[in-house]
Amino acid sequence: MADVAIKVSSVTKSFKLPHERYDSLKGNAIHLFTQKSYSRFDAVNEVSFDIKKGEFFGIVGRNGSGKSTMLKMLAKIYMPTSGAITINGSLSPFIELGVGFNPELSARDNVFLNGAILGLSRKSIEEKFDDIIGFAELENFVDQKLKNFSSGMQVRLAFSIAIQAQSDILLIDEVLAVGDANFQQKCFDVFVDLKKQGKTLVLVTHDMNAIKQFCDRAIMLEDGRVVAEGSPTDISEKYLLANYEAGEAGGRKKKSNQDRVFDNVILKNHTDKPATYFKPQEELRLSFAYKSRWKQPVHFGLQLFSSNDTLCFGSNSEINGIGPFLGSGAMTIALKPNLQSGNYFLSLAVVDESTTRILEFYPRITSFRVSQDGRNDGITVVGQHWKVDA
Amino acid sequence: MGRYNYLSLLRELAVTDFKLKYQGSVAGYLWSLMKPLAIFGVLYLVFTVFVRIGSNIPHYPIYLLIGIVLWTYLADSTTSALRSVVDKGDLIRKVYFPRVIILLASSISALITLMLNLMVIFVFLFALGIGVRLDWLWFFVLILELYLLSLGLSFFLAALYAKYRDFGHIWEVFLQLFFYATPIIYPLTIVPHRFQSLVLLSPASQIIQDSRKVLLGTGVLSSADLLHAPLFLFPYLIPLLILPLGYWYFEKSASRFAEEV
Repeated sequence: MADVAIKVSSVTKSFKLPHERYDSLKGNAIHLFTQKSYSRFDAVNEVSFDIKKGEFFGIVGRNGSGKSTMLKMLAKIYMPTSGAITINGSLSPFIELGVGFNPELSARDNVFLNGAILGLSRKSIEEKFDDIIGFAELENFVDQKLKNFSSGMQVRLAFSIAIQAQSDILLIDEVLAVGDANFQQKCFDVFVDLKKQGKTLVLVTHDMNAIKQFCDRAIMLEDGRVVAEGSPTDISEKYLLANYEAGEAGGRKKKSNQDRVFDNVILKNHTDKPATYFKPQEELRLSFAYKSRWKQPVHFGLQLFSSNDTLCFGSNSEINGIGPFLGSGAMTIALKPNLQSGNYFLSLAVVDESTTRILEFYPRITSFRVSQDGRNDGITVVGQHWKVDA
Repeated sequence: MGRYNYLSLLRELAVTDFKLKYQGSVAGYLWSLMKPLAIFGVLYLVFTVFVRIGSNIPHYPIYLLIGIVLWTYLADSTTSALRSVVDKGDLIRKVYFPRVIILLASSISALITLMLNLMVIFVFLFALGIGVRLDWLWFFVLILELYLLSLGLSFFLAALYAKYRDFGHIWEVFLQLFFYATPIIYPLTIVPHRFQSLVLLSPASQIIQDSRKVLLGTGVLSSADLLHAPLFLFPYLIPLLILPLGYWYFEKSASRFAEEV
């Protein structure tokens, strides 16, 4: 028991959904004698799991799967309807960055307010104030009102305060989606640091790259129940598959997990570290294992899509002069795209030897983000030189 | 939760509340002084020039001002406390901390305003040449009674409002009713004699009348004049009763706040 940080034993949280809601006295008075009818909705249903001390634990699930309700119960914001949650160690009381930020106050005032909400004393905030502002890179904006900050600046400030919270267990809901590449790298370093210090972290997110990058173990929730528990790679593949299947609305034959061709899909940067954020001209390395179940040799296709599903680039192994492939193996594809800021997706496909027929398509198998400071529009970066002609 | 610093949170929430009240106004904090003074100016004009109710009361301006300042505190502190839990909904849904801190912060912010207003009263007292007397110590007991009364009411109101938004309107009407049922603008002496002691059973009336008595010295009917032991203690018992009951009700409701607001 001593090495368990959080123990969740068959926890259920039900919400009563009145068929008609009366939140006024009049409503209650009028319907005083009518039988009130409720439908019970179990947002979290008989969920059990253990998180060990020092573990980075991911909770994933589609919208409405109960993951945020679960996190709120861990944070004691909601009381479980039944079951028990045992917490061993001090717990950060917040689940979202920048809680209580007030747009009308200056960055300085907000640091003290948010710090107090996170349980820091005024004295310790004073001591760390310069660190917080420095980490957020907001030295020149300390006395600006928060409402004049960009959303990226606000998140940087919020994150800088949050990492000062000295609790053993941190609960975080969807935070890693903003900031430029430089700031992301700093956040990554902070997570590495927290891990070294032996802190426990529970991360709830849709971002499978974050799960793969940071977590040791993860669970997947569906309709309030745990449907999978295991390594981040396993869970993120199950999640992407579940999402894909939901997107396909059962149109195509469902692929069982054993039938999947691609496994261990990881995106890395030029130093072979797993990464999600890239500079415009930075090299991407997509590595994966494959297991072909076809009797004929096959080629693999790769497609790069922008967030609005525009095909930016497509290629395959045949064009690159390798393959075709039979059986199983592993591969790394190095890419050097020249992209503007934005979110991008990679899709993989299995095609026949003549590369004329798609045998199986895996859309959005992984995603990444490009950020840069330029103000150009569009998808790609184009070299330019403007000059006035006489 | 050992490291969690509730006092820091209380302090930051109270200070923020106070700061935001005057955010974006040129006169800023001066408004917390000017608001009761403006109300005082209007009422003074009405009740000395048009209705002439106050003309035979010694020191009527300061008499009126004491009533208005104390009543404004009770009305404003309970009204802002009523909305405090719902207004902080974002915080409640995302952070765990004892919910009672929200209410205490709101009450302290109102108390800061009251302290500023009391300074105005004391400036008036000195300007009128009413000297410092030992009786003034009793005034701080009355302020404490007023604070406890407002806090007790606030516990009930905030918890009720989280569940039934009707209480916003109900309390508004209630305050309006009690504004006239309490001797704020009129002297207690114009109330028929047999009702005078009844009026003083209300802690708001008792606090206002007794404050006038201890600050001004003469010419005011205090609860000691009209109520005899043990009835004399009755208005003091009300805040002492409302406070624990309100706290109990608030704590009972607090675990549901995250789902209600």
